[in-house]
Amino acid sequence: MSNSKSNFMTWLDHRLPVTNAYEKHMSKYYAPRNLNFWYVFGLLATLVFANQILTGIWLTMSYVPSADEAFRSVEYIMRDVEMGWLIRYMHSTGASAFFIVVYLHMFRGIMYGSYQKPRELIWLFGCLIYLVLMAEGFMGYVLPWGQMSYWGAQVIISLFGAIPVIGDGLAEWIRGDFLISTITLNRFFALHVIALPLVLALLIVLHILALHEVGSNNPDGVDIKKHMDEYGRPLDGIPFHPYYTLGKLPMIIIFLMVFSGVVFFFPEMDGKFLEYANFEPANALKTPENIHPVWYFGAYYAILRAIDFSILGIDAKLLGVCLMGAAIALLFILPWLDRSPVKSWRYKGMYSKVAIVVFAIAFMVLTWLGIQPATGLNNLLSKIFTLIYFAFFLLMPFYSKYEKTKPVPERVPEK
Amino acid sequence: MKKLFLSLILSVTPLVALAAGPSVELDSIDTDISDKASLQRGLQTYMNYCMACHSLEYGRYNRVAADLDIPEEIFAENLIFTDAAIGSLMENSMSRQDGADWFGAAPPDLTLVARVRGEDWLYSYMRGFYQDDSRPMGVNNSVFENVGMPHVLMELQGLCAEAPTPVSERRFDPLTGNLMTSGGCENYAVEGSQTKAEYDETIYDLVNFLEYMGEPFAADRERIGWMVFAFLAVFLVIGQLLYRELWKDIH
Repeated sequence: MSNSKSNFMTWLDHRLPVTNAYEKHMSKYYAPRNLNFWYVFGLLATLVFANQILTGIWLTMSYVPSADEAFRSVEYIMRDVEMGWLIRYMHSTGASAFFIVVYLHMFRGIMYGSYQKPRELIWLFGCLIYLVLMAEGFMGYVLPWGQMSYWGAQVIISLFGAIPVIGDGLAEWIRGDFLISTITLNRFFALHVIALPLVLALLIVLHILALHEVGSNNPDGVDIKKHMDEYGRPLDGIPFHPYYTLGKLPMIIIFLMVFSGVVFFFPEMDGKFLEYANFEPANALKTPENIHPVWYFGAYYAILRAIDFSILGIDAKLLGVCLMGAAIALLFILPWLDRSPVKSWRYKGMYSKVAIVVFAIAFMVLTWLGIQPATGLNNLLSKIFTLIYFAFFLLMPFYSKYEKTKPVPERVPEK
Repeated sequence: MKKLFLSLILSVTPLVALAAGPSVELDSIDTDISDKASLQRGLQTYMNYCMACHSLEYGRYNRVAADLDIPEEIFAENLIFTDAAIGSLMENSMSRQDGADWFGAAPPDLTLVARVRGEDWLYSYMRGFYQDDSRPMGVNNSVFENVGMPHVLMELQGLCAEAPTPVSERRFDPLTGNLMTSGGCENYAVEGSQTKAEYDETIYDLVNFLEYMGEPFAADRERIGWMVFAFLAVFLVIGQLLYRELWKDIH
């Protein structure tokens, strides 16, 4: 039996690098042995991506992309399709879960300096994934065609109208109509179910290929490839499979428990994952009370709204849009802002440590502010935390360079 | 650096901003969709008083019959007032145009109203009608100001002479400690067939039914949820054993 299998594998390997690929990316891909729980979120993001693709396929079987039928077809899925509610809740919860794990995954990268040389390209692919994910999430949110779908899309697309000269034409080109309509819904559907998932899948492959070329970073920022054994294996490395696949089972199951907790017991998540106003069909004549995008865009929406004044005759809305764009663009150049000789915050100085913690708090507060009504106090807070957000990036070349760092050990330290 | 530390302190202050609540104070109830008798009474009220104007167009009669333990023949005979088949969607025969002409705005479909408004809002709204001769229907509502809807349940509740206050706004005389206002309607312009407590019960049942209509699979959802948790708990033990077996050589 085993003989015939190995014959088959030999035949296959001569034609397709199956064993080779398996060894390169799984059994002989050596990951540092000191990866902690923060390193599970990449794996979880892949898991959520698979969940979104699978549940998405089944949703498209019954969803009708038209302004007249979209809302009804979602309720049809929820009520008349066998287990349709489960598929839909898994998809809607998956969207929020995707952003949660991706945010934690990015924060891990910031804490341990995973974007630093030689991993800049991994970080760039990651930023692109995040960007495409935002487009994917935004367009997906329009599809149920509820009030918040409609008005959220209205607000976001109108942002393009703030761009001078071409703005209005651009917004119209995106909508394909003078206002959000069936035409907009149809193209968003096409992009959401085909174009963007394809791009995402490709970027995820590139992200992982780039990672496996240079190898994983670790919480100590130690380069494990400096010390190899006689077979050319890193002394501080262990095979990715099974240690970080099957070995991560408990973490994966705990994630699944939290995920199931939301799906089965709090699918609306207090109006954050599924907004209450979105249970009302889109109505172009009736504006909901507090229009805001879904929570995962909160931070950038708060930055946009923080600018309620014009400078040098430049319109506040345009300034806000530019600032929001800059906030995302800064993520891309992070590898070149960090001048620290060490990777992990464990060996960085006090300034970097405080900056990272304060940045994380600022991001969370901005996320929260983004879905609150724009009252006086909220506006003030948005301004303060927007300033902190930008200070974290723009001051990084200075505080990361001039602070006192601790020496990084040669080998992964014993616990 | 000082700015960074200052911001750390400031980051705690948004908690203050949480205080903003809804503009209207509402009475609070806890619905219980496992109470089939309550759901049946709510359904009865709905079909008799609401259905003519407010459809439940995403739901189906036979689904409600099955979920509420009502035999289909009895349901069809007593609760379907159109010639709809038992398997049809719960639509009514009022056109949107007629509705808009008669009430100023077409009466909305209420299948999902409990998910949009919440149970407390519905409970307070249905107990919030009062006499207001300046309005076309002669009534106004303390929860939804200048609403176009007439007080359909007037024959049950009666009609409140002035805007009812929420029950939570119960006030006591500071000197004697006696109850001054108990909240709700205290002065009726028209008497109804039900007492205040009976009417509150009727509305509770009605809201409970709408809560069920918003998510008819909610009971299933939670039941399956517990099974998934049981499975994951066993799986977690196996996963943990596997993890320990794998990693024992590493540390």
